[in-house]
Amino acid sequence: MLGYLLRRVLAAVPVMGVVALFVFLLLRLTPGDPAAILAGDNATPEQLERIRTSLGLNEPLYLQFVTWIGKLLHGDLGVSLISNVPVLQMISQRVEPSISIALSTMVLSIVVAVPLGVIAAWKHGTWIDRFVMGLSVLGFSVPVFVIGYVLIQLFAIDLRWLPVQGFQSISKGFWPFLQRIILPTITLSFIYVALIARMTRAAVLDVLGEDYVRTARAKGIAESGVLLRHALRNAAVPVITVIGSGFALLISGVVVTESVFNLPGIGRLTVDAVLARDYPIIQAMILLTSGIYVAVNLLIDVAYTLLDPRIRY
Amino acid sequence: MAIETLPEPSIPITTPLRPRFGFLTETPIIAVATICLGLIVASAIVAPLISPHDPLLLVPAQRLKPSSAQFWLGTDAYGRDVLSRILYGGRVSLLIGLGSALISIGVGLLIGLVSGFFKWVDAVLMRIMDGLMAIPSVLLAVAVVSLSGASIATVLIAITIPEVPRVARLVRSVVLSAREEPYVEAAISVGSSLPKIMWRHLMPNTIAPLIVQGTYVCASAILTEAILSFLGAGINPETPTWGNMMAEGRVYFQLKPSLIFWPGLMLSLAILSINLIGDAARDALDPRMKKREGGK
Repeated sequence: MLGYLLRRVLAAVPVMGVVALFVFLLLRLTPGDPAAILAGDNATPEQLERIRTSLGLNEPLYLQFVTWIGKLLHGDLGVSLISNVPVLQMISQRVEPSISIALSTMVLSIVVAVPLGVIAAWKHGTWIDRFVMGLSVLGFSVPVFVIGYVLIQLFAIDLRWLPVQGFQSISKGFWPFLQRIILPTITLSFIYVALIARMTRAAVLDVLGEDYVRTARAKGIAESGVLLRHALRNAAVPVITVIGSGFALLISGVVVTESVFNLPGIGRLTVDAVLARDYPIIQAMILLTSGIYVAVNLLIDVAYTLLDPRIRY
Repeated sequence: MAIETLPEPSIPITTPLRPRFGFLTETPIIAVATICLGLIVASAIVAPLISPHDPLLLVPAQRLKPSSAQFWLGTDAYGRDVLSRILYGGRVSLLIGLGSALISIGVGLLIGLVSGFFKWVDAVLMRIMDGLMAIPSVLLAVAVVSLSGASIATVLIAITIPEVPRVARLVRSVVLSAREEPYVEAAISVGSSLPKIMWRHLMPNTIAPLIVQGTYVCASAILTEAILSFLGAGINPETPTWGNMMAEGRVYFQLKPSLIFWPGLMLSLAILSINLIGDAARDALDPRMKKREGGK
């Protein structure tokens, strides 16, 4: 088990290496002078020089890469070109809204999607199944921001149940905090619910055809027991896999949702950085989100061994 | 409760080179999706002929007008006709969707064939694909566009890069199972050249899954383009695209929600139709995939 764990962690290293190399080369290999691209059209020579020294663009390419990686490994993600504040500090100041909606979305989606998927598989071929699958295709197809605006129009403007936009830290009271993340969470949940419900249905459907399910039914176990203890438990591995691979989708969704609801999170930070061409922030965000994605999927791989006793390493 | 859920036996694809298109009208829902997509495509193609107004014409006196006989869907904040902009907006979305599907299939096919066949390149290529897949697609696209400027070409490339690994992985998995088949072994033993084995014997196996994957890439690319435009990191805001229209409508959302509603509806309808057709294509062309992928 320990050996397996070590192997899996080591396998994540080249993946992160590729991400780092991509981020590094993206700026350097874009046609034109990188400093001029970042500084924009009205840059003075001093500004260009400042960007060049700040990013080490005057050094040879391999040396740039080595210094850059060295700094990364020491937790130095660079300094914003616009505000001169360390990127890590900027991100940590704005991480709360993003983590809040990402976590609440994961919880809500799993709570909604898994039962939906199980019921759809159980009632396979009926109108319930078709309804759930239809909902799932819809969840995939309607863009996050369209859902967001429809929800704002309905619940914040027409019914006046919830605030339209904005964020309040949880430290200033739980209710105002909750009020402001309800709509973003529901918005972001649609696509994740679609993904998980679909996978749960397929996985449970697969398992329901197995011999041990027939045996369980023949023994006279209640249908709920068959579904929960036998079917869902065995279907857990693909379901959890898709929760992990859907994580990239979730991060992309957070970026958009924060723009719709004006949440001052890291997604908004990234979009502002893109519009201002503040590359150190963009690069840090890509590294950070990819790192989280790789870590989440690593954890999920490890979770398999706990969930499925048949998998042994 | 009957046990009627045993997976269907794997039926070999009968005509891999000439997929049948009968599935497009198989169920009423798919037929509606096909017609819907057909109408969107047709209206985008003939947009210059049927648009009631110039989509770029600014008429400051006609700002934010409601629907009328002159402007069916009203006007936007610059006094431009919303209907005309929606018709023209479809052009960019469909172009990006189609382009992204074709390019990612082309590049992914090449990478998948090579890495399915040569073990030593496989390790390297698949690590690169893993790395690209770890980057959230919107962030990757946004980073590319922010550095290279927002022309249709760069937006297309930015959107296509994250799609390539998925296609490559799919092709690789098909090649890995196909290369064990007796006919491939036979081709190797009679001394067929490598390109011939790849093109004649392995590639045809990938056509059906690639058609299916192509529809998903197309839908996903249209969505990403709209997201980029919406975030302000997409194609030049003057160009009418559904995403751009929604981004501009954001400011006036409380005043005139229809500015966001109409392009949002078109966008959703287009993506929904493509996804439904993709699902139908998957069920019709490749029954094995239904089991393997278990959905999208």
